[in-house]
Amino acid sequence: MIFVWHIAVDPVANILGAILLIGLSGLPGLFIKRPGPGQKMSVVITICASILGMTGAMRILGGAPSVNYLLEWPIPFFDPCMLSADPLSALFLLPLLLSASCSSIYGLAYISASEHPGTEKQVTFFSGLLLASMASVLVARNGVLLLFAWEIMALSSWLLLMTNKKDAEVQRAGMVYLLCTHTGTMALFVLFSLLRAESGSFLFPAIHSLTTGGLTLPIILLAALIGFGAKAGIMPMHIWLPGAHANAPSHVSALMSGIMLKIGLYGIIRVVSFFVELPLWFGWLILSLGIISAVTGIVMATAQRDLKRILACSSIENIGIISIGLGIALVGMQSGNRLLVVFGLVGAFMHIINHALFKPLLFLGSGVIIHATGTRQIDRMGGLSITLPRTAPLFLVGCLAICGLPPLNGFVGELFLYFAAFSNGISAPLPVVAFIAPILALVGGLALITFVKLYGTIFLGTARDASATKGGEAPFAMLIPMILLTLACLITGVFAPLLLNLVEPVVVDYAAVPVELFERLVSIVPLQQLTMINGLLLLVILVIWVSWRFIVQRAPLATTETWGCGYLLPSRRMQYTGSSFSSLFTGLLRGSGGDGNRHPVLQGMFPASAGFASPTTERILDKIIIPILLGADWCLAWLRRTQSGHLHFYILYIFATLFVLMLWSHQ
Amino acid sequence: MIASILLHVLILLLMPPLLLGVINKTKAGFAGRLGAPLLQPYYDLARLMRKGSVFSRTTTWVFRAGPAVTLAATLVASLLIPLGNHPAIISFNGDMILFAYLFGLARFFTTSAALDTGSSFEGMGAAREVTFACLVEPTMFFIMVTLARMSKSLTLTQMLTYPSFDVWFVAGATMLLLVGALFIALLAENCRIPFDDPNTHLELTMIHEVMVLDHSGPAFGIILYAAALKLFVLGAIFVNLALPFKTGNPFINWAVFVADMFMLAVLIGVVESVMARLRLVRIPQLLVAATILSAFAMLLIVR
Repeated sequence: MIFVWHIAVDPVANILGAILLIGLSGLPGLFIKRPGPGQKMSVVITICASILGMTGAMRILGGAPSVNYLLEWPIPFFDPCMLSADPLSALFLLPLLLSASCSSIYGLAYISASEHPGTEKQVTFFSGLLLASMASVLVARNGVLLLFAWEIMALSSWLLLMTNKKDAEVQRAGMVYLLCTHTGTMALFVLFSLLRAESGSFLFPAIHSLTTGGLTLPIILLAALIGFGAKAGIMPMHIWLPGAHANAPSHVSALMSGIMLKIGLYGIIRVVSFFVELPLWFGWLILSLGIISAVTGIVMATAQRDLKRILACSSIENIGIISIGLGIALVGMQSGNRLLVVFGLVGAFMHIINHALFKPLLFLGSGVIIHATGTRQIDRMGGLSITLPRTAPLFLVGCLAICGLPPLNGFVGELFLYFAAFSNGISAPLPVVAFIAPILALVGGLALITFVKLYGTIFLGTARDASATKGGEAPFAMLIPMILLTLACLITGVFAPLLLNLVEPVVVDYAAVPVELFERLVSIVPLQQLTMINGLLLLVILVIWVSWRFIVQRAPLATTETWGCGYLLPSRRMQYTGSSFSSLFTGLLRGSGGDGNRHPVLQGMFPASAGFASPTTERILDKIIIPILLGADWCLAWLRRTQSGHLHFYILYIFATLFVLMLWSHQ
Repeated sequence: MIASILLHVLILLLMPPLLLGVINKTKAGFAGRLGAPLLQPYYDLARLMRKGSVFSRTTTWVFRAGPAVTLAATLVASLLIPLGNHPAIISFNGDMILFAYLFGLARFFTTSAALDTGSSFEGMGAAREVTFACLVEPTMFFIMVTLARMSKSLTLTQMLTYPSFDVWFVAGATMLLLVGALFIALLAENCRIPFDDPNTHLELTMIHEVMVLDHSGPAFGIILYAAALKLFVLGAIFVNLALPFKTGNPFINWAVFVADMFMLAVLIGVVESVMARLRLVRIPQLLVAATILSAFAMLLIVR
């Protein structure tokens, strides 16, 4: 009895219970023949489990001691299975569990049982499995257990991505994703084998305990960067990301983009914490890759025309911003600069939470838009704020937040990165980190282009293609999760210190910074004043709005067509499209390799009809990776004879390999 | 103290349209005309506030919110700027970051309001506005980092009241580069010649004016005032760097500041009179050049 009570109040046990419940939430539905009740049951289970898990995570962030759960499992070699949760895990668990509830409620209407009687059960089941496996990665304290969870996560997300498996684009995206994730897993095998050789156990070593030197440390770090970085979508390992996020069902895209990418970052952050000392180049490497991802990701987003591809490319940008923060912190750790450590980590962790709030919001919104228009091409949309009056303001908040504009949460996270840059600019003898500030400003400017284009083309003006106006406003099951996320963005943005309170225990614990020092360092960031300014800004907007309404009412009002500058027959097709909106900027970069458009060649006085095509290009994938793979294919064609496709042969291969390894180890 | 703050707010709120009057008078002088009265921008605003409004059928609340948010963001940003030697009304660490992002917020709503009309002209203007602003943004941050390093502070008030003629003697090259870059950024952000011509409405090279084509009456008045305020705010930054006259007496300081602002307005008027507008394809090149100038300034101060 006492044991049961102990489990009931222990935060780690709460989290583990929540993971188990979420993982099994889709199971009852598989045994109920009638479509529908299973999905509803899984939503209820997921919400209850999320609340349970979030209380556990909040208590760990609040300083509750975390217990390690050690399970002896009957697998030889692999050391006992250990589960635990520290503030770092809790920080990642919070947005995960929030998204779990949001996406499961949303799925109720998005993949409704009545419209998708075939796929609803499997989507529900694999969503639960995906969420539980991601959470298991966060609580695993054993490399092999982590790899198990990692593979379940990769496969369940792949199965979800393949929901619409008859579509050729989905097939291609799925294949690229599967290849990338397994290449990454291979790097993780290297990583955990080497870690075991260093620490003597598959159990994770204690924080800052390994003093690895020589060549092993760089290999471990690079393996972690490749293995986990491929999942996080850090450039140049992002090639799977736009296709996969664009082609998955929208609430799955929300999970993949909002949460799964962060699980990759978690891996890097966790592995880095094992070592007493890291080489300085690693921090600079993460910082440089972060800059490359941020700038290139948002440049790619600016040029896209596919709604979900824009959001996916902007995820690369945001992962880049988080990596910049992480890189600043690592550079600070190695150069003994506590200020960089604290500001870099606070910025990175805040942006992790923020991105896990506004990106799911935007992806869920994209699902509503796709339902209403039947297309993902923004150039065919327009004027949706009239047909989707509730979705439009929610999506607008998401767009403002992702641009990092005050008074929303995106600004608070970026503020800390700017502070790192400016403080470095003031005090360091050679302030290299200070150059982050203009780069972040450039990224912010590009994000503004992208999201004004996105919001303006989709919601404003009039529909550019009359056929893309088939549906109406989303049902409440789809709106409620979006409202929740919008409120979270608004509250954490306006009341800026809230986020800091959430992040403080993680940074203190992770970077081993004394609480007093942490508070002294962050006290130069004026979050209280920011809250007041946010209030002032909202107040001034309100005052101007009200007085404007008052003034306008006193004079005559008229409603007419948009002024066509003297042209009397304006048509909807004359509007600026998303492509034309961004073409001015993409034109500036044209020197760096064509826009991929196929222009018609016009000849003669009366040219014949000609075609113009503007295909979606994935330049790195098409121009670099696929040629390399084709070359490898040509070199290794002889090996294909061993690939019979029969299961028993593969089992034989595994047995033979193990046998040879056994002989080798006993030699 | 209270009198000083009152004077500060009064100058901040009332002076911006006067700058436009001075610029127009200068241009008239160059063209050999008498020109409109100095106070013409005030008359325009007063008339617009009394006028009726026309709304397009395609527009939504975003179109109506555009001017309000733009003016609100510009007003809050203007409170963060010191005028001459007088500290800003609100000042805290990192206010320069908030300052830059408030203009971003304003830009988001101005351009969204333009897209809300569904007019191709306004889409064109909006596309240009965001593209050019994105190239100006790094310049502003290079300038801010350089000033922060020179003044060893994180607040706009200290950063901008730090420059003096002593600083000019010690770090003349840096200051010259900063002032040059800032002047280009100032002209680009406020859509003045050589980037944009505030006098034309229908030419295809337009930026700001074409974005606000469909606004009318009081809303247009709000937009014009917000634009004047933005010119005033960025002008105040420029004046603090380029003409850092300092006296002991606060009232003489105010007079000096006002005179400085008039000099800036005349300077802009002269530039607009002697230069033609750049071809659209040249504008990004000039903006990138300004960014590189400011990056050089930072290198000089870092080395």
